[in-house]
Amino acid sequence: MANEVVLLGYWPSQYGMRARIAVEEKGIPYEYKEEDAWNYDRSPLLLEMNPVHKKTPVLIHNGKPICESLIVIEYIDEVWNHKSPLLPSDPYDRAQARFWADFVHRKVYGAAKRIWTTKGEEREGGKKEFIECMKLLEQQLGEKPYFGGDNLGFVDVAFVPFYSWFQVYEKFGKFNMEAECPNIIAWAKRCLKKESVAKTLPDQHKVYDLAIWIRKKLGVE
Amino acid sequence: MAAKQEQVKVLGKWPSPFSNRVELALKLKGISYVYSEQDLSNKSLELLSSNPVHKMVPVLIHNGIPISESLVIVEYIDETWKSNPFLPPHPFHRASARFWSKVVDDKCLPALWNAIWCDEKGREKAVEEAMEALKILENEIGDRRFFGGDEIGLVDISANFVGYWVDILQGIAGLQLLASEKFPKLYKWSQEFKTHPIVKQALPPREELFAFFKSRTA
Repeated sequence: MANEVVLLGYWPSQYGMRARIAVEEKGIPYEYKEEDAWNYDRSPLLLEMNPVHKKTPVLIHNGKPICESLIVIEYIDEVWNHKSPLLPSDPYDRAQARFWADFVHRKVYGAAKRIWTTKGEEREGGKKEFIECMKLLEQQLGEKPYFGGDNLGFVDVAFVPFYSWFQVYEKFGKFNMEAECPNIIAWAKRCLKKESVAKTLPDQHKVYDLAIWIRKKLGVE
Repeated sequence: MAAKQEQVKVLGKWPSPFSNRVELALKLKGISYVYSEQDLSNKSLELLSSNPVHKMVPVLIHNGIPISESLVIVEYIDETWKSNPFLPPHPFHRASARFWSKVVDDKCLPALWNAIWCDEKGREKAVEEAMEALKILENEIGDRRFFGGDEIGLVDISANFVGYWVDILQGIAGLQLLASEKFPKLYKWSQEFKTHPIVKQALPPREELFAFFKSRTA
């Protein structure tokens, strides 16, 4: 049966980037469709494929939708299991990978969002929590080249999209990532040498310009 | 030849649905375990060293090695003990089950919890959101006995709060959230869920749960 893969995404979204890196890592031919999250007229395709959340990313495989970025990665890993495994095979290692991906998904995202969408005490709180998260992740990475070991894994794919937002966090949070967590920067640059990541991550300046626009739209400052 | 001695321990809190998910999963697989009730106002060394990141229950300690986060633990249990699988074999249906577990966790639980504990001011809006969340689950369960089909699966385990806690808590709050007239299919599912022979042994006693949460209302 022919494999038809369509990916609905939004270019600056870390969630969309995760799905894209996963399909690229597996070498899956796919069609990418851009959905502007700020255009409240969602496309009919998106509304049909994700009626519960009406959000990207959505992976559409032979007409059937899979939603939620981390679930999309696991699906891709299970279907295209002949190369580039993203999750380990041992149940304990898989649990660890899922734990840390969940940590990135909830804790890191939440703290980071406070840095650039709020001000004053709330922003400072977000920055403190974000840096603490980075240090925990540095500890978890240890001496390994990637969270997945010798190659990109589930946690790498979940986390590396945040790199494209680092300039946003640095400028609004007034701190330097390289100074606070040099190993995370080194890890991110190592990931960027992979074609799947380099192709997917947008330029940090482009993301920063968008963040300024969003802040104006949200009425922050 | 004797089977390898498995050491399974759960650090939990009996009124917590998250903690209960883990016990449900173990009981459904027929795995013996030791349970240790935790005092979250005075966290044990064991809890702090097993879950240094979040310092929360539940934690599963399997042969001395800890795993945290209730749904991560439930999938670990499913992958380690392969009888009575919680997830179907086909990747698309597995993704669907994971999706609905996440909907329960991210959308339904917070909406229901908020509606129950909200003060008068935000009550109307909170109840509206809770009803929307229940409607989503009503549409999803359809005519199936369980979200997992004929047997309890990942989504049913994730939705234990909806299946058991909501009925007790809505009484305390004086609300009618999961009512059979409004959500007949989901209500029917909740009855199937809490009367399932294994599940009913794993759920905390109704009167004690009622008393525990009632004492939290000022």
